Amino acid sequence: MSDSVHKALWERLELDVEAHEALLAVLGKFYGDIYLSQEGRLQGAEYLDFVLSEVHGLRIQEIQDAKATGKKVVGTFCVFVPEELTLAAGAIHVGLCAGAKAGSEKAETILPRSTCDLIKSFVGFKLARLCPYIESCDLIVGETTCDGKKKAYEAFGASVDAMHVLEVPHCKMPSDRALFRSEVVRYKEALEKLTGNTITAAALHEATITVNAKRRALQRLARLRAADPAPISGRDALLVNQISFYDDPTRFTDKINVLCDEIETRIAKGEGVAKAGTPRLLLAGCPMAVPNWKLPYIVESSGAVIVGEESCIGERNTRDLVDVTKTDLDGLLDALTDRYMKIDCACFTPNTERLEHIAALARELKADGVIHYGLLFCQPYAHEAFKVGKAMTEAGVPYLSIETDYGMEDMGQLKTRVEAFVETLS
Amino acid sequence: MTETAGLDIGSRSIELVVRRNGATVGQSRLPTTFDPLSQLRALFPDGPPARLAVTGYGRELARELCPQARTITEIKAHALGAARIFPEARTLLDIGGQDTKAVALLPGGKVGRFEMNDRCAAGTGKFLEYTATVFGLSVEEFGRLALRGDTPPRISSMCTVFAETEATTLMARGVSAANIALGLHQAIVSRTLSLLARVGLTAPVVFVGGVAKNPCVCRLLTETLGASPLVPEEPDMTGALGAALWLETTTP
Repeated sequence: MSDSVHKALWERLELDVEAHEALLAVLGKFYGDIYLSQEGRLQGAEYLDFVLSEVHGLRIQEIQDAKATGKKVVGTFCVFVPEELTLAAGAIHVGLCAGAKAGSEKAETILPRSTCDLIKSFVGFKLARLCPYIESCDLIVGETTCDGKKKAYEAFGASVDAMHVLEVPHCKMPSDRALFRSEVVRYKEALEKLTGNTITAAALHEATITVNAKRRALQRLARLRAADPAPISGRDALLVNQISFYDDPTRFTDKINVLCDEIETRIAKGEGVAKAGTPRLLLAGCPMAVPNWKLPYIVESSGAVIVGEESCIGERNTRDLVDVTKTDLDGLLDALTDRYMKIDCACFTPNTERLEHIAALARELKADGVIHYGLLFCQPYAHEAFKVGKAMTEAGVPYLSIETDYGMEDMGQLKTRVEAFVETLS
Repeated sequence: MTETAGLDIGSRSIELVVRRNGATVGQSRLPTTFDPLSQLRALFPDGPPARLAVTGYGRELARELCPQARTITEIKAHALGAARIFPEARTLLDIGGQDTKAVALLPGGKVGRFEMNDRCAAGTGKFLEYTATVFGLSVEEFGRLALRGDTPPRISSMCTVFAETEATTLMARGVSAANIALGLHQAIVSRTLSLLARVGLTAPVVFVGGVAKNPCVCRLLTETLGASPLVPEEPDMTGALGAALWLETTTP
C-alpha cells in the first residue's frame, strides 16, 4: 500500500504526501497482520487484497481518469444517500467513512472531544489532507442521522467545495416518509445541477437494477455464511462490505459473485476457515470503516468466528432491495423512498424492527451469541445496546456489549472480555 | 494424577498454585514489575512445569517462556477457583490491580453473565493505590486510615485523576484525612455495586482479588449488601487456583 508510483497523483490532489505515505505504511502492516496472516482464505480474496492495496492508488487513478472525461464524483458518509440517483446522474458514488485515528488532533480543533471516532476520523482525514477520495469529490453529501454528524458537517462543509446535507427523519410516520421523499427529490436536483445531466426514468431504472444486483451479491454472500464450518472469515466478509463502498459497482458485483461460487464449492466439500462447531458470533451495532478491523480481529483470534455484521457496513446496507416494477420516474422515486425508509438505523425512534432483525439474523446464521459494538460517544447505538441486550435475553441468545473506539490501548481488556464470552459458549 | 500448575499474571502481582492428586501442594506470589518475563524465569528456575495453565492480563506473555502452556481468562479462572472454595457462592466480585469484574456464577463455577470495567482504572485497585499516594501512604495504611473515618464526604468522581482533584479540594476545605479516605473507599464500593447489579446480584457474594484484602472495602461491602461477602483466606490466589483446577479437568 506504500507504493510510491502514485506519488504524482497524490501530489496533484494536494495530499500531505509524507504523512499519507506514513499512513499507508501503517495500514499495510496492519493489513498484513490481520488479513494476510489468515489461514484457509478463499482464492477470491485476491481481489480483496488487490483492491485494498490499490485503494488509494489505481482506484483513485481510475476516478481521476473518469473525471477527465467530465464525470463527477460524489462522496457520502451514510447508507441513506441513494446511490441509485448518483449513478443515474452519471456520477461516481464513493463512501468516505474512515476507520483510523489519523488526523484526530486536527479534528479536535473544530469538534468537541466527546465526538465519536468515525466523525473525528473523516474530519481529521480532510484537515490533515490524507484522503484522496475526499480530494477527488465534486460534491460531498452529509446527512442528519445523529447530532454529532449533523453539526460536524457545518464545520466540515467550510473546508470543502460543495456540500449537500440530506435530512433524514427520525420517525417512520407518513409525514416522515413525505419529508424523505422530498429529500430524495432535492438530492436528485442537486445531482442534476452538478452533472448537467437530467435523471431520466430509464437511467434511474437501470441504475436501480445495478445497485440491486450489488446488494443481491452481498445478500448471497451473507446467506452462505450460515454454513458450518464457516466458509469465510468475518474479517474477509467485512472487507467485502467495506470495498462495496469504493469499487465500481458492476465490477464489484461480478467479483463477489465469483467469490460466492467458490464459497458454494467449499461448502459442498464441507470445508471452512474454522473447524465445524467453532463458536459463531454475530456482530451488531455501529459500522466498521476501513481499517477498523480491531474487534473482528480480537473475536477471531479468541477461538470464535464471525458469521454476520448487523451494521451499515453489512446487513443494514444490503437487506432491502428497491422495487423496480414501476418504471416511471415518480414510481421509481417512491420505490427508492420506501426502500430507504426501511433502514433500521438507531437514529430512529422507536426502531423496534432492528431488535427483530437481529434476533432473526442470529437464528438464520446459527449464531451462538451476539456482540454489540458501540463506538464511544455514539449515543443512538449506546441506547440501543441496552434494548438489544434485553431482546437477546428474551430470545435466549448469549449477549456481550462492547463500547470502544479506534484506539488500541484497550486491546488487552477487550480480549479478556471477548475470550471470556467465547469461553461461556463452548 | 499428574501435577498441574496455575499461573495468574496480573497487572500488579503474579501468583502460582501447584496441585497434585487433587490437593494444592505449593503456592507462591511475586510482584509483576515492569519485567514480568524475568519474574517468571525467577519463579521457575528449573524451567516451567509440564502442565501449566496461565490466566490474567499477561497470559499470552507466558507462552514466550512456555509455548505448551494453555490459557484461560481470569474471569473463568476466578470463577472456578472461588467456586471450589465456596461452592455456595452465586456471584463473584473480583477487584484486581486494573480491572473490576462482576460474574454471575452458575453451578460448578461456570460463568453466567459478566461485567467488567472499561479501559479506565475507575474503581479498581489502581484507584486506591493512586489516591493513597495523594496522602503519602501505602495502600494498607490508607485502608486502615479509612476505617477511622465516620462522616465521609460523597466523592462523586469515578475518574482516578478527578478523584484526586476532588480529594485535594476536600483537604483544602478542612475535611479530615480519615473521612476523605473513607469517601474514596465508598466511591469504589458504589461503582462496584452497579457492576454487580448488572449481572443480577444474587447472594452469597464471593469477593476475590487483591482489593479483597482491604478491610475498609470489605466493611463497606458488608454494610451495603447486608451480609459479609465470602472472602477466601488468600483472595489473590483464586485465579491461579482456578487455572490449575481447570487443567485437572482437561486431558493433557
